[in-house]
Amino acid sequence: MKAHFGRRYMLSASHRLHTDALSAEENRAAYGKCNNPHGHGHNYVLEVLVRGAVDPETGMVVNMAVLDEVVRKKVMERFDHTNLNLDPLFVNSVPTTENLCRAVFELLKDALPCRELERVRVEETENNFFEYAGE
Amino acid sequence: MIELTRRATFSASHYYWNEAWPAEKNEQVFGRCANRNGHGHNYTLEVTVAGQPDPVTGFVVDLKWLKDVMEREVLAAYDHRHLNLEVAEFAATVPTTENIAIAAWKRLEPVIESAGGARLSRVRIYETPEIFAEYRGEA
Repeated sequence: MKAHFGRRYMLSASHRLHTDALSAEENRAAYGKCNNPHGHGHNYVLEVLVRGAVDPETGMVVNMAVLDEVVRKKVMERFDHTNLNLDPLFVNSVPTTENLCRAVFELLKDALPCRELERVRVEETENNFFEYAGE
Repeated sequence: MIELTRRATFSASHYYWNEAWPAEKNEQVFGRCANRNGHGHNYTLEVTVAGQPDPVTGFVVDLKWLKDVMEREVLAAYDHRHLNLEVAEFAATVPTTENIAIAAWKRLEPVIESAGGARLSRVRIYETPEIFAEYRGEA
């Protein structure tokens, strides 16, 4: 019997939305306040949804301690309390929350053996969030 | 098609224990949840039904009806109960969040099905604001 297990984590990081493909003026027009040269930060909420068979012995899709450890190693240690623009993943892409969401999905997708990473949601603030399901 | 979701909360106690395992293995796998004295949570039950809005009422289902079904079928059995000791489906099944979602689905699905109209699409159980499980009726 397949079910889903979801878990929410908080990570704090800074970023600046800016691309060398646009002029300074175009960057300001596209990104507004988010183009501030000194960057700014968010408390991101990361929601990870895993799909798999419920183990008849444990009653679990995934042991939460195992999931927490994978997320800690692959994502939290990499991004928490960092400047996202300096991460190698964002050298050639803007650290928008869309791109962060996709990066988190790619970092986690093969790290949970026998289970399927169904979806990653990243909430940038209480009022906006982004989801990626590997499409 | 429209999906409609209603939330309700209940408070219950439980512990995680597999009788087929020695105590050491239970403690190793389930950690603090294996404390046989139990512990508790404020759970949130989220029930999603899917269907077409009725052309006359504009409702997918009457929310008051859905609220009553959730209270009668799930909350009456789970709220302010010890899940392992007082709820039949957890006498021999570990009341993990996953299993609670499946059990709540089994309680709700026949009632929603027999009413005709909307079908049950998803049951999600939050154990804490950071931990949830959901069941969509998959085999």
